[in-house]
Amino acid sequence: MLDNWLFVGLMIGVAIVFPVGPIVLAHLIGPRRPNRIKSETYECGIETVGETWVQFKVQYYIYALVFLIFDIEAVFLFPWAVAFDQLALYAVLEGILFIIILFGGLVYAWNRGILEWA
Amino acid sequence: MGILDPISLIADWLEGLFMGWGWPAGLVNLVMTFLGVFLVANFGMLYVIFLIWLERKLAARMQDRIGPNRVGPYGLFQTIADILKLFTKEDTTPDGADKVIFNLAPILAVVSVLMIWAVVPFAEGWIGTDLNVGVLYIVAVGSFGIVATLIAGWSSNNKFALLGAFRTVAQLVSYEVPMVLSLLVPVLLARNMGLGSIVEAQSSWYSIFFFMAPIAALIFFISSIAEVGRTPFDLLEAESEIVAGFHIEYSGAKFAMIFAAEFLHAFTISVLTITLFFGGWQGWGDQFPLVGWAWFMTKAMLAYFTVAWVRTTLPRIRIDHMLDYNWKFLTPLALAVLVVTALLDRLIIDGFGTDNTPWRPAILFAANLLIGWVTVVLLRRRAAQRPPRQVVGAPRPVARPPQPEAEPEAAGD
Repeated sequence: MLDNWLFVGLMIGVAIVFPVGPIVLAHLIGPRRPNRIKSETYECGIETVGETWVQFKVQYYIYALVFLIFDIEAVFLFPWAVAFDQLALYAVLEGILFIIILFGGLVYAWNRGILEWA
Repeated sequence: MGILDPISLIADWLEGLFMGWGWPAGLVNLVMTFLGVFLVANFGMLYVIFLIWLERKLAARMQDRIGPNRVGPYGLFQTIADILKLFTKEDTTPDGADKVIFNLAPILAVVSVLMIWAVVPFAEGWIGTDLNVGVLYIVAVGSFGIVATLIAGWSSNNKFALLGAFRTVAQLVSYEVPMVLSLLVPVLLARNMGLGSIVEAQSSWYSIFFFMAPIAALIFFISSIAEVGRTPFDLLEAESEIVAGFHIEYSGAKFAMIFAAEFLHAFTISVLTITLFFGGWQGWGDQFPLVGWAWFMTKAMLAYFTVAWVRTTLPRIRIDHMLDYNWKFLTPLALAVLVVTALLDRLIIDGFGTDNTPWRPAILFAANLLIGWVTVVLLRRRAAQRPPRQVVGAPRPVARPPQPEAEPEAAGD
C-alpha cells in the first residue's frame, strides 16, 4: 500500500517544478528596470493611506469556527460511510443521530444570528 | 487489444527495456512511476492551454461575438501568445511585501491543483495511483489552494489584496462544508473512498450515482464551482469591484500560474463531478482503455461546458447572499440528503438482500425527488411570508419643476 504513495511523493516534486520553472524563466528573461513608482503598492492610483494590515473582522473567525465543526464531523463520518456494509440498522441510526446533534448546533447558530455577514 | 491500450503497451516495453539493461527492480519501479507522474502532470498543464482558448470562444459565442480569431486558425494559438507575453514581463515585487510567501503563493496554487490529478481514473487501469483514501486526499490537497489564496493576499502589502483574501477565504472555507458532505454520498453508496472503486461501482447505466443522488450531485457541482471561484461566486476577482482581489500585485509569470491554476481547477472539478456521479470512464465498449478514455473526455468536456455556460449566464452574487445560501440552504440540504440516503440504503439492502437490484436507484431517486419537493414547498412558504415587493406603481420621488402661480399678483390693484 505504501507503494501507492510513491506516486504522490513524486507528484509533489514534479508539481513543484512545474510552476517554479516558468517563474524562474520569467525572472531570467524579463526586463529588470526597478523604479520607485513601479514598486509602490496599488491603491486606486493614490498614495496609500494608513497601515496595510487592517483590523480583522471577527465574522471571518466565526465562519472558520463553524466550518471546523462540520469538517471534523465529516472526518468522523467518512469511516462510518466506508464501513456501511458491516453496519446494522441501529449503527446507521447512531450515525444519523450524530448528524442530527450537529445540525442542532447549526440551527442554534442560525437562530442566534451568528451566521449573518453584517 | 493491443493498440487500444497504448499506455500498457509502452509501459511494458519500457519495463522490459530497463530490465534488459540489468537495472534493479526498485529503480525500474521508480523510473516507471516518475514517467507516469510526468505524463499526468504534463497532460494537466498542456490541456489548460486548450481549455483557456475554449472558454474564451464559448463565452464569446454566448455573448454573441466571435472571440479570439486572429492568432492562428480560429485563434487557437491565442493562449500561447498570451503565455509568451506574460513570461516576458518584468518580475516586480511590491514594496514591503513578504518576499518568501509572495513567491510561494502561485507555486502552492498550482501544486494544489496538480496533486488532485494523481488519483483521477482516466480509464480502466489508467489511473495515477488508486489510493484507498482518494476522496479524502482530494479534499485535503484542495485545501492547499485556500492557503495559497490567503498568503497571496497577506503578503502583498496591499489593503485590497488583504480584504480580498479574507473574503475569498471566507467563501472557500464556507463552501468546503457542503462539498465534503455531498462527497460523503458517493462514498456511502460505493462503500469505498477510492475513486477507481467509485467508478467501478457505477457499472450499469441505471446505477450511476447521479440517479441515486441527484441532489448530492447538484450540491457538489454548485459548491465546487464556488470553491474554484467562478461566477456566480466570482467575488474573489471581481475586477470592477475590488480590483482583482488577492492577486492585485501579481504580474507576469506568477499571475500566469495563478490563472492557469484556476482554469485547471475548473476542469478538475468537472472531472471529479463526472467521476463521482456520472460513471467516469464507463460507457459502451469501455473494456478497451482507449474507448474508456474517450468516454471520460467526452463527459468531462460536457461538464466543463456546463461550468463555462453557468459562468457566462449568471451575474455575480453578493457576499452575504452567498454565505447565506451556503449555511442556510446547501448545508442543511446536504445533511438531509446524507441522512435519507444512509437510512434508505440500509433498509433497501436489508430488505432486498443485495445491493444490485434496480430498485435501489429507483427508490433513492424517488426519495431525492421527495426531498426536492419538500425543499421547494418550504422555500415557497418562506417567500410568501416576506412582504411582496411592489415593482410597478410604487410612489417614487420624482424631480418636478416648480409650478408657476395660477394668477399673477401684479394684475389690478
